[in-house]
Amino acid sequence: MDLSYGPEYDEFRQELRDFLASHRDQAPRGQGMRSEPVKKWQKLLIRHGYAARTIPTEYGGHGGEPDILKARIIGEEFAAAQVPGGLGGQGISMLVPTLLELGTEEQKRRFIPPTLAGDMLWCQGYSEPGAGSDLASLRTSAVLDGDEWVVNGSKIWTSTAHMADWIFCLVRTEPDAPKHQGISFLLFRMDTPGIEIRPLVDMTMVSNFNEVFFTDVRVPKEQVVGKRGEGWYVANAILGHERDSLGDPNASLARLNRLIELMRTETVDGRRAIDNPAFRDRLMKIQARVTALRMNDLRILSSRINGSSDTGLARLITKLQATELRHELEALGIDIMGEFGLMYGKGPHLRDQGSWQNHYMYFLGLIIGGGTSQIQKNIISERGLGMPREPKAVVRAGG
Amino acid sequence: MEFGLSEEQNLLRESVDRFLDDNADLDRVRQYADDPDDRGDDIWSGLTELGVPAVLVPEAHGGIGLTALDAAVIAESLGAHAAPAPYLSTAVLAVAALRLAGDEAQQAAYLPRIAAGSLRIGTAVSELSGARQGAAVEAREDGTLHGKALFVLDPDADAFLVADRTRRFHLVRADAGGLETTPLPQVDRTRRIAELALSGAPSEPLRGSRDPEVALRVIDLGRVMVAADTLGAAQEMLDQAVAYAKQREQFNRVIASFQAVKHLCAEMAAEIEPARALLWYAAHALDEAPDEGRLMACHAKAHLAEVGQFVGKTATVVHGGMGFTDLLGLHYWFKRMGFDRQFLGGPERVREEAARVQGLA
Repeated sequence: MDLSYGPEYDEFRQELRDFLASHRDQAPRGQGMRSEPVKKWQKLLIRHGYAARTIPTEYGGHGGEPDILKARIIGEEFAAAQVPGGLGGQGISMLVPTLLELGTEEQKRRFIPPTLAGDMLWCQGYSEPGAGSDLASLRTSAVLDGDEWVVNGSKIWTSTAHMADWIFCLVRTEPDAPKHQGISFLLFRMDTPGIEIRPLVDMTMVSNFNEVFFTDVRVPKEQVVGKRGEGWYVANAILGHERDSLGDPNASLARLNRLIELMRTETVDGRRAIDNPAFRDRLMKIQARVTALRMNDLRILSSRINGSSDTGLARLITKLQATELRHELEALGIDIMGEFGLMYGKGPHLRDQGSWQNHYMYFLGLIIGGGTSQIQKNIISERGLGMPREPKAVVRAGG
Repeated sequence: MEFGLSEEQNLLRESVDRFLDDNADLDRVRQYADDPDDRGDDIWSGLTELGVPAVLVPEAHGGIGLTALDAAVIAESLGAHAAPAPYLSTAVLAVAALRLAGDEAQQAAYLPRIAAGSLRIGTAVSELSGARQGAAVEAREDGTLHGKALFVLDPDADAFLVADRTRRFHLVRADAGGLETTPLPQVDRTRRIAELALSGAPSEPLRGSRDPEVALRVIDLGRVMVAADTLGAAQEMLDQAVAYAKQREQFNRVIASFQAVKHLCAEMAAEIEPARALLWYAAHALDEAPDEGRLMACHAKAHLAEVGQFVGKTATVVHGGMGFTDLLGLHYWFKRMGFDRQFLGGPERVREEAARVQGLA
């Protein structure tokens, strides 16, 4: 057990702190994703190696060596300083790593630099109304007609579709192949004729998602990533990436600390919530679990650095546990406020801008999205514990 | 940066596991449970050859002076085997009390004999984490002890570590006059406890325990070891449940292929994995991050108690009717974790202490 990062990293951390102290007034504050301050900040971060760190310079990145601990320190310090880090979004977090691994040279040069610069926004077209947990049964089709694919079908839960310039999309190109082998990974512009976007309001009363409909959308033939028919495997590499990032234990810790502050200030019958032993007991249970997941995360981090392989289960349980715990943490925040916890929208008496209700519902969404808790349990038991898959049933609804 | 067990710690775990696989299997555990005269001497002497009682004894006193994390690795193995051994009492609590509060002469007299496996010390300390009705020990000026201690662990020992009601420690020889033990039959038959009636038993004080911090630190260490015991037992119950589900057939399939069963097993694994990391960190913090040590010990103790209760129930349910039988013997681990949950403070009490440590209560 050695939890120190070492002198090289202490130095790196200090440099980053100095950078943040001297540049924080240039950081964007609440401007839109396409605003000039956001793009300028992104450029500055890439130049210093605090964004797009390991992406080669010829594709617009910083060109640094992969270093898990440095990436970790960057995340920690930006969060601690409450300064926005490099641009995120599904283009940068999911598409860019995929292109680096499986894209052609031409695709890398064409798509990665503008994506990193914030000039090309992406959305992800995976789920469909009839293909949720069973994603590989997706039916949006692409048929080759001369030099173009003709796309028909629809996607759902498409975040940022209304803002995106491009979509990376799973489509069925080989209708006669087994379901996992008939899919291709297609890139196309969102202003192509035949695309209709309808906002989908979720239970938080915000439209975080959209439905997207494709009618004879024509896409140049070469805009496939990886080989035709291998889209499932192209997509799977980054689905794993998404699951890893959903369980950020540092975010849970920050929220837990906020909850403790709230419990020290909220009163009922003139008594602080923290002085109520029942609430305090719930808080301590949650604190232990947040700590356990933070330590689980350190264990995974350590095994990635040291190349050991005994953390398979520790990784598989992260998405399930982190989302369920966060939902419970937010629920305690609401309970200690009682009726004040119900306040939502733009009225008076809001605590933390109504974020407790908002996160309580949002994390319910994350329990479902990115592979539901039930799918996670299948994965844990099959890949982690070596239990067999459920035999296929042939019963259909209404059949 | 390395979060996890070292190569040496993995080897330690393997060597204790191998010995207990061969010498403390379920048949041997049953034998111990059924025979009140069986002190498990063969098990303890085998563990002594592996250095188990010496783990926390400093090298200067004939021990190997390892860390709390090493000691936790051993505790985990003992829990995994539901093994009867005076480890928690003699090798952990008594050694910690002697190291923190014994004078040079006391350390030189007792620690080498503990390390050599020739001195067993039972512990009468449960009043430190909750004095139940009828329990209290008073130490008089003349060095005699009076009153009653409840839930004394390993009463078939050569001597006792006794905490009085001012939270100071004393050593009493088992053959001293004015001392009577009455066994307390309890659900976990891999551990023996008794009540100890003291009517003027001569004792020697561990003078360093006038500092109230000593008793707290002994309990911190004990709690982490009890939590490690539960971790080992919980992992063993999960392993048995998964193995059973893979061979038991109903409706023409192994029950491990039913999602209802798979999800129970996944839920156990999902609770155990982060608890393992928490436990390792709590043990590490006792030596290396003293500011956090007490809080982490509380969290490890309370959290593992909850995980243990969940796994005990769930793994039994996966076994169906067989899980409920004595024939299968799964209940030895269930009851082991039941003991761990209450000993040195139940989860509600320990969480209250966790809140107090942070100034929240």
